[in-house]
Amino acid sequence: MMEEQTKDHAELALEFNRDEDRVNWHDETLWFIRQKRDKIAHQIPEWETLREAASQIKNNVLSNLHNYLQQFEANAIANGITVHWAADGAEHNRIVHELINKANVVRMVKSKSMLTEECGLNEYLAEHGIEVIDSDLGERIVQLAGEPPSHIVLPCIHKKKEEIGEIFHQHLGIEAGISDPQFLTETARQHLREVFLTRKVALTGVNFAVAETGEFVVCTNEGNADMGAHLADVHIASMGIEKIIPERKHLGVFLRLLTRSATGQPITTYSSHFKKPREGSEIHIILVDNGRTVQLGRKDFRNSLKCIRCAACMNTCPVYRRSGGHSYHTAVAGPIGSILAPNLDMEKYADLPFASTLCGSCSNVCPVKIDIHQQLYKWRQVLVKNGYAPTAKKAGMQLMTWTLSSPGAYRMAGKAGRWVLKHAPFAVNNSFNPWYKQRDMPNPPAQSFGEWFAKNKAGK
Amino acid sequence: MNSRDKIFAAVKASQPATTPLPDMHSFERNAAGSLDKFTTVLKTVGGSVYYVNSYAEVANILHDINGEGKKIISPLTELREFYNEAILNSTHISDLQDIDVFIIKGQFAVAENGAIWVTDKEMHQRVLPFITQHLAIIINAENVVPTMHEAYDQISKTSYGFGTFIAGPSKTADIEQSLVIGAHGPRSMTAFVMNTSL
Repeated sequence: MMEEQTKDHAELALEFNRDEDRVNWHDETLWFIRQKRDKIAHQIPEWETLREAASQIKNNVLSNLHNYLQQFEANAIANGITVHWAADGAEHNRIVHELINKANVVRMVKSKSMLTEECGLNEYLAEHGIEVIDSDLGERIVQLAGEPPSHIVLPCIHKKKEEIGEIFHQHLGIEAGISDPQFLTETARQHLREVFLTRKVALTGVNFAVAETGEFVVCTNEGNADMGAHLADVHIASMGIEKIIPERKHLGVFLRLLTRSATGQPITTYSSHFKKPREGSEIHIILVDNGRTVQLGRKDFRNSLKCIRCAACMNTCPVYRRSGGHSYHTAVAGPIGSILAPNLDMEKYADLPFASTLCGSCSNVCPVKIDIHQQLYKWRQVLVKNGYAPTAKKAGMQLMTWTLSSPGAYRMAGKAGRWVLKHAPFAVNNSFNPWYKQRDMPNPPAQSFGEWFAKNKAGK
Repeated sequence: MNSRDKIFAAVKASQPATTPLPDMHSFERNAAGSLDKFTTVLKTVGGSVYYVNSYAEVANILHDINGEGKKIISPLTELREFYNEAILNSTHISDLQDIDVFIIKGQFAVAENGAIWVTDKEMHQRVLPFITQHLAIIINAENVVPTMHEAYDQISKTSYGFGTFIAGPSKTADIEQSLVIGAHGPRSMTAFVMNTSL
């Protein structure tokens, strides 16, 4: 969980935008990943059929979640897995803490789990004297830097290699001034290998859980989830209740879509299917609600729960690419995060549905066809209706309402605007105009459409 | 009411009317997967591929690649010189952490993504394909399926406690998107494709 902060998306984005070179790099790097996604998706002739199938499977899951959860629980228990239920993040954290205590240890290794970020697990355990080490390279880097991940697939995409070298210099004892990714990765490999070999409890996330078989699947490129889980005596797997899929054969659809959408790879290096604990060890699954059943009850927003966390919507988003993940001040950033977060706390995340141009690119790349941009638009209406609209926006909207409802004021405002842009551009090209930040003002047209129409109609 | 019952009640109250599952038959192909395609894709994701006719050939190649003095371990009785029961069954991490090369059989390969399906039966111990510095997997040339749909058809005929698709070496691009091979798991992954028609 993020520390309490009062800055909204626009203010946080402004901070990110101070370093123009970094913003450009961030923008181009994520766009490059979007292009890799396009290239590999276009190699699959049935890509759109796959997206439709994935969408239908997920719709079916949400419509029959009660039965699938029962089925999954029964099958997982039959497989020798212990199943826990957590109504919210606090209960999830308590269950993890109890399992660590039961194992009689004070240290745990963890692979990527956005759910534990959502629940604030690391902070909770730290307060209770438990050391958690994140083993995904990107997550380890931001953990050492004392920051949350800025992207759900590429946690430290906002960092430059020189900064990572400095972090490793401070925390892992390498010489100062090293920025070679190969060297830095090898440093992390040696450091984390020691961690894997000595931890008795490992926590992983869950990409998919199969109701039919009671197994769950964890996907990584690094192999860190497997290193942690297979070396520990106790494997804890944390999952949101929406991660269920009906049958194992449906994994065929999702594993074909997930990594192609995420990074443009054909599949992750490891797609591990955990069905039964290995002899002498334990697997515990914690199924977490934390607001998901509330979202399930919101007709307009429930299908945000179809998300498989590929981050394609972030990589394509013109706002995310130029504002950075931290500007969203929530565990899951970007377009999908902006429709998930207000469900948890409308007041705190009222700014996020406005952090979008509504261009719709997110919906177009979503492998499970979530109507993300439409939900962003709908959230705006819900937020304004419930009195959570940002103050500046409220004032602007009131002025706009008055202008648009008065033809005289409308014509005057248009004329004035065109005159200012033409004759006194300095009046708007300054830091008092929020639109001018990181943008150029447009060239004004010579006349309005109304003026043009009046003239040309007369000529007819 | 405990949390379990609370969640079930809330789900039941909130879930919409049931919608149907899609027809999955449209995705299945009749033809076998292309070995060429598998080889190309696996190489693209950082793996190496050798076509071989015998286990003796596998052993020779492994000797050539690794040179002398390496700890090469395999549960395959066909690779007797690498078979070491004490290490394979050891529960001491110290016996496992310095394995240089681990060789196992894979059940089948997937052409579209270069992945090979292996389960705890082939691995002997689950951690071995991950903790080893280098991994080699032997598959039969005829055991290539086209896509993940046929892969799950195959898997549905088997049982396992743990199974995984492995597609190439362990890797990361977390530092400025620069691809680095050898994150936490194997620094290389080699597939031996065995010609069994001889």
